[in-house]
Amino acid sequence: MIRIFLLRGLTVVIAIVFLFKLLELQVVNTSYRTLSENNAILEIADYPERGFIYDRNGELLVANQPAYDVMIIPKNASPFDTLSFCELTGITKQRLIFNLKKARRYSKQLPSIVVNQISKETYAKLQEQMWKFEGFFIQKKSLRQYQIDHSANVLGYVSEVNTTDLKKDDYYRLGEIIGRQGVEKSYEEYLRGVKGKRYLQKDRFNRIIGPYKEGEFDIASVPAKDIHLTLDASLQSYGEELMQNKRGGIVAIEPATGEVLALVNAPSYDPSILVGRQRSSNYRKLANDTLAKPLFDRGLLAQYPPGSPFKTLNALIALQEETITPKTVYRCNKGHYYARGAFMECHCDIGTRNDLSRAIYQSCNSYFSYTYRGIIDKYETPAEGVDRWKEHLNSFGLGNYLGYDLSIGRPGHIPGASYYNKAYTEGQWKAPTIISNAIGQGEILTTPIQLANFTAAIANRGFYYTPHFVKKVEGDSIQKRYTKKSTSIDAEHFEVVIDGMHKVVERGTARIARIRGIEVCGKTGTAENFTRIEGETTQLTDHSIFIAFAPKDDPKIAIAVFIENGYWGSRWAAPIASLMIEDYLTGKVKRKWLEKQMMEGSLEDEYAKPVSGQAFTINE
Amino acid sequence: MALVCFGITNIYSSTFDENQPELFNLSRSIGKQLIFFGVSIGVAIFILVAPSKVFERFSSIIYLATILLLIGLYPFGNTISGSRSWYVFGGVNLQPAEFAKVAVALAIAKLLSEIHIDLRKLNSLVQVAFVIVFPMGLIFLQPDAGSAIVFASFLFVLFREGLKPVYLLLIVAMICLFLLTLVAPLPFVYVSIFTLVISLYFFSKKVNKKVVLSPYLIAIFLTSAYVYSVDYIFNDIFEQRHRDRINIVLGKEVDTQGIGYNLNQSKIAIGSGGWEGKGFLQGTQTKGGFVPEQHTDYIFSTIGEEWGFKGTALVVLLFTFLILRILSRAEVQKNNFSRVYAYSVASILFVHFFINIGMSIGLVPTIGIPLPFISYGGSSLLAFTILIAIYLNLDANRLNEASF
Repeated sequence: MIRIFLLRGLTVVIAIVFLFKLLELQVVNTSYRTLSENNAILEIADYPERGFIYDRNGELLVANQPAYDVMIIPKNASPFDTLSFCELTGITKQRLIFNLKKARRYSKQLPSIVVNQISKETYAKLQEQMWKFEGFFIQKKSLRQYQIDHSANVLGYVSEVNTTDLKKDDYYRLGEIIGRQGVEKSYEEYLRGVKGKRYLQKDRFNRIIGPYKEGEFDIASVPAKDIHLTLDASLQSYGEELMQNKRGGIVAIEPATGEVLALVNAPSYDPSILVGRQRSSNYRKLANDTLAKPLFDRGLLAQYPPGSPFKTLNALIALQEETITPKTVYRCNKGHYYARGAFMECHCDIGTRNDLSRAIYQSCNSYFSYTYRGIIDKYETPAEGVDRWKEHLNSFGLGNYLGYDLSIGRPGHIPGASYYNKAYTEGQWKAPTIISNAIGQGEILTTPIQLANFTAAIANRGFYYTPHFVKKVEGDSIQKRYTKKSTSIDAEHFEVVIDGMHKVVERGTARIARIRGIEVCGKTGTAENFTRIEGETTQLTDHSIFIAFAPKDDPKIAIAVFIENGYWGSRWAAPIASLMIEDYLTGKVKRKWLEKQMMEGSLEDEYAKPVSGQAFTINE
Repeated sequence: MALVCFGITNIYSSTFDENQPELFNLSRSIGKQLIFFGVSIGVAIFILVAPSKVFERFSSIIYLATILLLIGLYPFGNTISGSRSWYVFGGVNLQPAEFAKVAVALAIAKLLSEIHIDLRKLNSLVQVAFVIVFPMGLIFLQPDAGSAIVFASFLFVLFREGLKPVYLLLIVAMICLFLLTLVAPLPFVYVSIFTLVISLYFFSKKVNKKVVLSPYLIAIFLTSAYVYSVDYIFNDIFEQRHRDRINIVLGKEVDTQGIGYNLNQSKIAIGSGGWEGKGFLQGTQTKGGFVPEQHTDYIFSTIGEEWGFKGTALVVLLFTFLILRILSRAEVQKNNFSRVYAYSVASILFVHFFINIGMSIGLVPTIGIPLPFISYGGSSLLAFTILIAIYLNLDANRLNEASF
C-alpha cells in the first residue's frame, strides 16, 4: 500500500505546504508589497515652486531660479565608477564618500542629496550617464533669486533642512528647503505650498521607463502662495544706504495699520550671497563676525534703556493719572536734588520754569522727575504706584513681546513692584530710589520696534495695531488678523504731548529734523551703554536715538532710529529719521547736503575704540 | 470518458501554460516559444496516432540515441551560461538533457517490465541503477546539476516497483543527517548520533535478548564517517554558490544583493501580488526585469505577481491534479510497461513541480530547472509534450485493449 500511495501522499502534502506558504507570502504578509514599491517604483516628490515675495507696492523682491541636485537612494545603489562620477559632477572623492556615508546614516530607503546644485551644463552631461550610477537620480528644484540687495533681515533666507528640523516635522526629507529667519520662516507654510508625489516605474538598470500606472496614484502638489510684504522697498533700500558704516536700526511703521514700512539693520548683507554653492562659506563669514554682527537684527533684538523719548510716556501717564495738567510748571536749576545728596543734572538754565510742552522740547530732566514722583506718590505705597505706572506702559506694548509675525524678538523690560521688592527688599524703596525711570534710564529696556510702536500709538492718539511685515498672502488679506489695541490713556491727553514733540523739531533739540512743508513730531534721546573690556565694565559713547512721526495731524509714518555709539540723538538719529520721513512722504529728498553727510558719515572709528586695546575717550 | 476528461484537463493546462509566456516574454522569445508550441502539437499528434507497441520496441534505441547525443555534447555542444548543454541549429537551441528524461523513462519501463528483473535482487538493481545513473552522470558533468537531480525522481518509480524500503529510508536518513550537519555544530551531531544509536540498541535488547552490540557500533562509525565527509564535502568540495544556495534556504545568511538576490526578488514579486494580483501585464517587478531568469526558471514569480494568490493556487492545484490523475491512471494499466512509464511521468512532473515552485518561494535551494509547460524553453516544452503524449497514447491503448 505504502508503495502505491507514497508519491501521491507526497504530492498532496507538498501541494498543501505550497498553498500555505503562498497564502502567507501573498495574502497574510504585506511587507513584501511595500518592498516591491520601493524596488520597482520610484517615488519622486513634486515640489511646487516657492512663493514669490513682493513689497507693499507690488514690486517683486524674491523669485526663483532652477537648480539640480544629484540624489541617491542608498538601498538601490551598487558599486559604481567613483572616478567618473567625481569628474562629471566636480566634487572631490572625500566629499563623495562623506556624503554617501551621511546618506546611508540618514536612511537607506529615502533619497538624500549627494551633489548639491549642479549647473545646467553639468546636468546635461550627467543626465546621459545616469544609467551607470545605480540608485542615483537627478532632482530639479528651485533656488531663491533675489531681485534686490537689501531687506535681508526681513526676508530671511532658505536652506536645507537639518536633522533637528527632520525630527521636529516629518513633512521634510533630507535635502529639502526650509525657510530660516524672516518671513521665509514665519510664512514657510504659505511660501512652500504642499509637495506632491509622482510614482515612476523603473527597470532593474535603474532607468525610468515611464509613469507608474499612468500617474494614477500621483498626488498633485498644492501650489505655494505669493506674499506681499508691508515693506516699502525703496524706503527700506534708502534706509540701508543711510546706515552705511554705522551700526544700528531703523523701524518705520504706518500708524493707521501697524504695517512695518521699513526695518533696517546695519550692517546688513546682500541676500543673494546666501544662495547657491557659496552659501555655507558666506554664512560662516556673517556668523563669525562677532563685532559688527550682521545677523543680529537690532531693530527687533537690541534692548536698551530708551532714554529721553520715554519722557513722552511719563507725561501721558501723569496726565491720565491727573497728577499734572498741561499747565503744571516745575522749576529747574540746571537739575535738582531728588534725595539727600543725590543730584540729577539737567541742561536747563538756572531758574528755568517749564510747563509740560516746554519740558518736552527742552527735555528737562527735573520736570519729569517731579512728574514721575507725582505718579508714584499718588498711591498709598510706591509699590502700588509703580504697578499702576507699569500697567499703563504695558498697554503701549512695552515690557512684553509685541506679537508681530517674525520669529525673533525681545520683550524688553518694564520694572514693577515685585522687581524692586526683590532688588531692594520690600518697603525699603520709594519714588526717589527709582527716579531714573523718569527719564527712561534705570531698569527700563525697550527694543527699537517697541519704540516705533509706541510712537505710532502716540501718533494715533491712543491706539496701535500690532506691527506686522506681511500685508497679504495671495488674495487673502492679513490685516483682519490684527485688531486695534487701545492704550490706557484717553485721547484728549495726547495733544499737549504731541505739541511738545512738534516743538522738539520746530525749536527744540532736533531742529535738524525739520522738513519744509511737513509737520514732524519727534523726540531725541541718548542712551548710556557699557561693555566689558578685559573684565572691567567700561562706558562707551551713548547711543543716538530719535523717535518721530509725521505729518502731525494725519500721521502716515512713525519711525524709531537708533545709532550705536552715535552720541546725541540729534547728531545721527534725528537727521536720518528726518530723511526717511521726507523720502517716504514726498518721494524725493531735497536736502541733498544732509543726505550726503549721513551717507558718508562713518562711526567705524568709534566702533574700533573698544577693540583697539588702547585707552579712549567717549562722547566727543 | 476518463480519457476525454483527462484530455480536457491537459488541454486546459496547456493553453494556460502557453498563454503565460506570451504575457511577459520579449517578442522574440514569444515567437520562438510559439514555434515550439506548434512543433510540439505536431509531434504530439504524430505520437498519439502512432501504434503503442512502437515505444516499447524502440525504447532501447531511443535510449542509446539519447546517450549518444549527451556524449556528443562534449565535442559538438555549445556553452550557454556556463553549461555545455546545448546543440545550436540556426538560432534554435536544443537541450538533450530534457529529452533524456523521456528516454530514461522509456528505458526503465522497458527494463522493469521484463520478467527476469526483480528489484529485490542486487543484480537487477545494479542494472537499473546503471540505466539511470549513466545519463545522469553525463548531465551532471556538463555541468547541469539541476537537470541531473531530476533523475532522482526515478527513485519513486523503483520504490513503487519493489525497491526495498531500506534504500529509501537510507536516503531519507542521509538527507536528514546532511541537513543536520550543516545546521548544528559537529560535536552536537556526533553526540546525538551516539545517544540515538545506543538507546536504539538498549531498546531492541529489551525486546530481544539476542541482539548484539557490534552492528550498532558499526552504524555509529559509518554515520559519523558520513557526517564527517558531509562536512568536508560541503566546506571543501562544493563551490561557494552551492553552499550559498543551501545556506539561504536554511536561513543561515541573508544577502539580498548578492547570491540571495534572485530568491529575494522572486519572493518580493510573488508577495507583492497579494490576493488578486496586479493584473495581466501590470507586474511592476516583472516589467522592471528585477527577477533574473524570470521567463524561464522563475516564471512562477510572474504568475504570483500578476495573478496573485488566485493564480498561484490554480497552478499548484492543476499540477497536483495532473500528477494524481496520472498516478491513479498508472495503477489501472494492464501491462507493466505502461504502468512504469506512467509512474515515471508522474515522478518527473512531481520533482519539477516541487523544486521549481519550492525555490521560487524559498522553500528549496535554488536549482535551475523549468516549471513544466509554463517556463520558456523549447526543449523543455517539446520534451514534456512528448513525455505526456506517449503516456496518453499508452493510456488510450489500454482502453482499446479493454474494449476489444
